[in-house]
Amino acid sequence: MSETMQTRREWLLTERPASRLQARLGRAYLTWRRFTANKLAVVGLLIILALCLVAALADVLAPHSPYIGDLANSRLLFPDANHWLGTDGQGRDILSRLIYGSRLTLQVVVLVAIIAAPIGLLVGTVAGYAGGWVDAVLMRITDIFLAFPKLVLALAFVAALGPGIGNAIIAIAITSWPPYARIARAETLTVRNSDYIAAVQLMGASPTRIVLRHIMPLCVSSLIVRVTLDMAGIILTAAGLGFLGLGAQPPLPEWGAMIAAGRLFILDQWWVAAAPGFAILIVSLGFNLLGDGLRDALDPRGGSQ
Amino acid sequence: MTAAALALDRLRVTFDGFVALNDVSLNVASGESFGLVGESGSGKSTLLRAVAGLAPVAGGTIVVNGKPLGRKRDKAFYRQVQMVFQDPYGSLHPRQTVDRLLLEPLAIHGFEDTEKRILRALDEVGLGSGFRFRYSHQLSGGQRQRIAIARALILEPSILLLDEPTSALDASVQAEVLNLLEQIRADRKLTFIMVSHDLAVITHMCDRLMVMQNGEEVERLTASDLVARRVTKDYTRNLLVASEGFKRSA
Repeated sequence: MSETMQTRREWLLTERPASRLQARLGRAYLTWRRFTANKLAVVGLLIILALCLVAALADVLAPHSPYIGDLANSRLLFPDANHWLGTDGQGRDILSRLIYGSRLTLQVVVLVAIIAAPIGLLVGTVAGYAGGWVDAVLMRITDIFLAFPKLVLALAFVAALGPGIGNAIIAIAITSWPPYARIARAETLTVRNSDYIAAVQLMGASPTRIVLRHIMPLCVSSLIVRVTLDMAGIILTAAGLGFLGLGAQPPLPEWGAMIAAGRLFILDQWWVAAAPGFAILIVSLGFNLLGDGLRDALDPRGGSQ
Repeated sequence: MTAAALALDRLRVTFDGFVALNDVSLNVASGESFGLVGESGSGKSTLLRAVAGLAPVAGGTIVVNGKPLGRKRDKAFYRQVQMVFQDPYGSLHPRQTVDRLLLEPLAIHGFEDTEKRILRALDEVGLGSGFRFRYSHQLSGGQRQRIAIARALILEPSILLLDEPTSALDASVQAEVLNLLEQIRADRKLTFIMVSHDLAVITHMCDRLMVMQNGEEVERLTASDLVARRVTKDYTRNLLVASEGFKRSA
C-alpha cells in the first residue's frame, strides 16, 4: 500500500510528465500540498464543505419543519433535547431553520460569485490590455460603482427592483464586481508588456485570443483568492439586506432575516438571534480561512516559479 | 546582391517624442546573417521590434520579401518573420507547458498535423519529447531558450529576428545555442538579423554588421573588417577596445 502511494506521488511530481493530464495533475497536486500545509486553511475548507453537506442533506438532517411551528405550545422555548437550539417567536425549531437557511446562504454566495467574478475579470482584463480610451471609460465606470458604499448601493437596487432573495443576489453582484475589475486590470498591466505576451502577438494571435487564453489564466488565481475572501462580506451584505427586510422574505429561513425577527426578544430570549448570528460568524470565518490558504497556495509568484 | 529579404528605408521610431530610431536604412539579402551592434539604448532592439510590429513606426518603410508592410501585420507576415527574445525567463508563459507553447502558433495558423510538428520542433532544437509536458519553471535557461527557438521555428519562417539570444545564458550554454542557431540557418536557409553587444558573437555568426549609436547608424562593416580592425569611426574603435579589455581579463 505505502509503496503504491510512493510511486503515485513520484508519478505526480515527476520532472518529465508524459502527458498533458499528468502535467496538470502534478501541478494541482503541488498546489494542494501547499494548501494543506496551512492547517487553518484546511479548517476553513472543512467548514465550507460542511456547509455544502448540510445544504444538500437539509431534508434528512432537519429534525422539524422550518416553516411550521406549534404556536400554542412551543413559542420561544429555551434549547432542550427536542429543540437543540430552541424555538423562535412562531414556535419554529431554530436548528431546522438554520439548516434550511444554509441553502439560501450558499445560493447567495455561489450566484454572486458566478455573476460578479466573470464580469470583473472581463472588464479588468479588457481595460488593462486595450488601454487608451477603452481603459479610461471602463475604469471610470468602475470608479463610479466603487464610490458607493456596498450596502447602500445594494439597498438602492433592491428598492428599485423590489425586495426578494433573487433581487438581493443581483444587487449584491452588481455592487461587488468593481474590486475584481481593479485587481484583474492591475494584474493585466503587469503582464501585458512581457515578452511572452509579445511572443503570442508575434504569432499573429488576435487580441481576443490573447486576453482569453493568455492573460485571463494569470489573473484567475488572485481573483479566486479575492472572491473567497469577499464571500464573508457577501454573506454579511445578504444578511444585512435580510435584516432590513429587503432580502429574503418571510417565511424563508434566511439567517439575516432570522436575526431581524429575533431582535424583538433579544433581551429575554437571546438564543433566537444568537443562533443565526453564530452561524453567519462561523461560515464567514470559514471563507476567510479558506481564502487565506488559497492565497498562499495559488500565488503565481509563489514557490513554483 | 540577391533579392532582399528585408529592406528598411529611413525607418523612424518614436516613443512619446523620444526618437529611438532615427532614419535607419538597411538591406538584408535572403539567406544572409546580419548583425546589429551597439551599446544599450542604441536602438538595435527597437529596430527588431519595429520590424516585428511591437514598436510604433513613426516613419519610413519596411519591405519583407518584396512586400511593403502596412500598419497592421497580417497572418502571412507572422509566417515569414519570427523573433527570439533576449530573456528566456521572460519569454515563456509561466502557466503553460512546452506543449501548449508550441501548440499555440499551430492553432492560430490552423495547422492540422500538430502532433508531428511539435515533436519535430522539439527534436530540431535538441530536446527530446521528455520535455514536452514540462512547465517553463522546470527548465534551465538554455533549455528555455531552445524552446523559444523551437516556438519561433515551428511556423517555418524565412526570417528570424534574434534579440541578444544568448546574453542571458552562461558561456558554455551560449556556445551550444549559437551552434544550434548556426546549424538551423544552414539547414533551412534562413535569414538572420541578430542583435548583440558581444562583438565575438557577431563576428562568429554574421557576414555583415551595422554599428549603431543613439538610434542612428554609425558605420557598416563586414565581419572580416571587424576581425582585421578595418574600422573608420572612433565609436566602433572604442567598442572594439572595450570588448578586448574583456577578453584579456578573462
